[in-house]
Amino acid sequence: MKFVDEYRDAAAVRRLVATIAARVTRPWTLMEVCGGQTHTLVRTGLDRMLPDAVTLVHGPGCPVCVTPLEQIDRAIAIARTPGVTFTSFGDMLRVPGSDTDLLAVKAAGGDVRIVYSPLDALRLAERRPDREVVFFAVGFETTAPANAMAVWLAARRGVRNFSILGSHARVPPAIEALLADGARVQAFLAAGHVCAVMGWDEYEPIAERHRLPIVITGFEPIDLAHGVLAAVTALEAGRHGVENVYARAVTRDGNVAARRLLAEVFEDCDRAWRGIGTIPASGWRLRPAYAAWDAERRFDVGAIAPREPAECIAGAVLRGAARPDRCPAFGTRCTPDHPLGAPMVSSEGACAAYVHVAALA
Amino acid sequence: MSAGVRDAAAGLACPRPVSGYAHIVLGHGGGGRLTQRLVDDVFARAFANPALAPLHDGAVLRVGAGRIAISTDTFVVTPRWFPGGDLGSLAVHGTVNDLAMCGARPIALTAGFVLEEGLALDELERLVDSMAAAARDAGVPVVTGDTKVVDRGRGDGVFVNTTGVGVVPDGITIAPARAAPGDVVLVSGTLGDHGIAVLSVRDGMGFESAVRSDSAALHGMVGALLAALGGDVHVLRDPTRGGAASALNEIARSAAAGVAIDEASLPVAAPVQAACELLGLDPLYVANEGKLLAFVPAARADEALAVLRAHPLGRAAARIGHVVADHPGRVVLRSRIGGRRIVDLLSGEQLPRIC
Repeated sequence: MKFVDEYRDAAAVRRLVATIAARVTRPWTLMEVCGGQTHTLVRTGLDRMLPDAVTLVHGPGCPVCVTPLEQIDRAIAIARTPGVTFTSFGDMLRVPGSDTDLLAVKAAGGDVRIVYSPLDALRLAERRPDREVVFFAVGFETTAPANAMAVWLAARRGVRNFSILGSHARVPPAIEALLADGARVQAFLAAGHVCAVMGWDEYEPIAERHRLPIVITGFEPIDLAHGVLAAVTALEAGRHGVENVYARAVTRDGNVAARRLLAEVFEDCDRAWRGIGTIPASGWRLRPAYAAWDAERRFDVGAIAPREPAECIAGAVLRGAARPDRCPAFGTRCTPDHPLGAPMVSSEGACAAYVHVAALA
Repeated sequence: MSAGVRDAAAGLACPRPVSGYAHIVLGHGGGGRLTQRLVDDVFARAFANPALAPLHDGAVLRVGAGRIAISTDTFVVTPRWFPGGDLGSLAVHGTVNDLAMCGARPIALTAGFVLEEGLALDELERLVDSMAAAARDAGVPVVTGDTKVVDRGRGDGVFVNTTGVGVVPDGITIAPARAAPGDVVLVSGTLGDHGIAVLSVRDGMGFESAVRSDSAALHGMVGALLAALGGDVHVLRDPTRGGAASALNEIARSAAAGVAIDEASLPVAAPVQAACELLGLDPLYVANEGKLLAFVPAARADEALAVLRAHPLGRAAARIGHVVADHPGRVVLRSRIGGRRIVDLLSGEQLPRIC
């Protein structure tokens, strides 16, 4: 397939890996921020083809993993409300809340549906004025523009039975927080699709302040190998700064129309990251003008008292501070069939990824 | 005429009214005249064959030498009509294929229908006609059946169960446990067509696509393979729900052997690959309804591949991997770029990812 196969070419990947191996003179630790990149690394086995001196740690960029338990419990409570049609991307349905998950709510008679776009949820609301249609708006800067568009359209068209339960996260404050927390990471691979929307001006002060390379790259094996090569080259040369190796999708200013819409609909807010804690200004919430489409305000589901499983070390995993297989519950009390924490649920999650690696070893 | 009653003069086509009702009513399942008319006008008419003709409580069949194979499957696909097939033809192909995967020559099918009150009779007739046509094309008669009607809201229009009986010739033993190190794994064509075709017309997921379901009866191709290789066919499996990945895992576990597959060799049609890329799905886990996986000794793999490719349903057949003594019970994929990963069973359904 054009524009895909070229970036999965085995010979080109081998050449890049060989160049990385030739260039690296000492151990380096890189963090790939985005869950989509983790997914590719695991699916293609690229992480295990890299020289031993290059260690990749998975970052907090799995939207499923970092959605706070409280918000999942709230989603479950709203989905159980009579008259509500609760819509979500597929992989949120299996994430365990304190007591249950959305799939179980569906099985118990709740109207829970998978959609591929918030715009599908908006259409559903327009078709079914007798239902309250709620969309679980989870994700990073990549998915936020479509959520903003759905709310903006709902406002323009006066669709009153549509709302979003938001859990938006922004990458740069998370990188900043990890570094402030003493993360032992010497370079970052930044998420191409986040930067395709936002551009990269937010990353320059971070690279400058912490004197480290941040390489923007994509999601195909060649993109990732290219990103690692750029990061290693910069590290070996003692350079820092932002470098974009994903020029086919990312420009300095990003998607200006999307950014304008985001600024119109959302404002920055402090946000809790599951397993990490609250990071200042790391989320987006609806501006007051759009409060009528905020499911949190629309549905009073009472007090939410989330209870994290005591042994789950998801927080340390998401900070890159612990390897999943060091968790006492890993592979025994916590498996993809019975996940204790979110990183074991999604195929982008670091713990689920490690299950497969452990089986190969 | 009341609203629920069919206007027989409305269409130019010859009307086949079942006591005037345009929709299934509870009385169609009551065992009385309405039931009888439904059986006569819809089922017996469409499936007409000598074994069914007596409309007795069961069918009596003559069976030649060999062992009997029995398989049953229930069909609840949504939507009932999709590009390349429908619930009716699928109900025939699915069970015929399950028999064929046992190495059996299918000889008869039963059909059980659970109808929801309110189902349009016209749609039922079209489904049954499609089912009858598929049975005729496959040369496997539907010899007995059953109908139940459930209250509106207690079903999803129509569910169909088919049970099939077949005869396995002596000397043929097809079983997952027979997969042995050294076997080559063949697939009879492209992967994922059925699942993507159904997804492309599913409510809320509709997208424009040229992908058609591969729904087809495979016993002809299996017959050709068995005629050529006989007892050297070790395992056959149609990778339906859960796709090739799940089928290979089940075989690896049964045989306590490892299966190694090569991503670059997997045949996937370009539109299916494109849809999977967009939707975040892996074609290895997407359902097929007209494909088979065959495990044969390496020495006979080329011959088996030639037999598959000579059949109209097997033109895109390919060699995708082999059985190894390493990693027993596990399927390991060599990625396009040369890395390795475990291809595991999914925990539940394949759920689309966020990004």
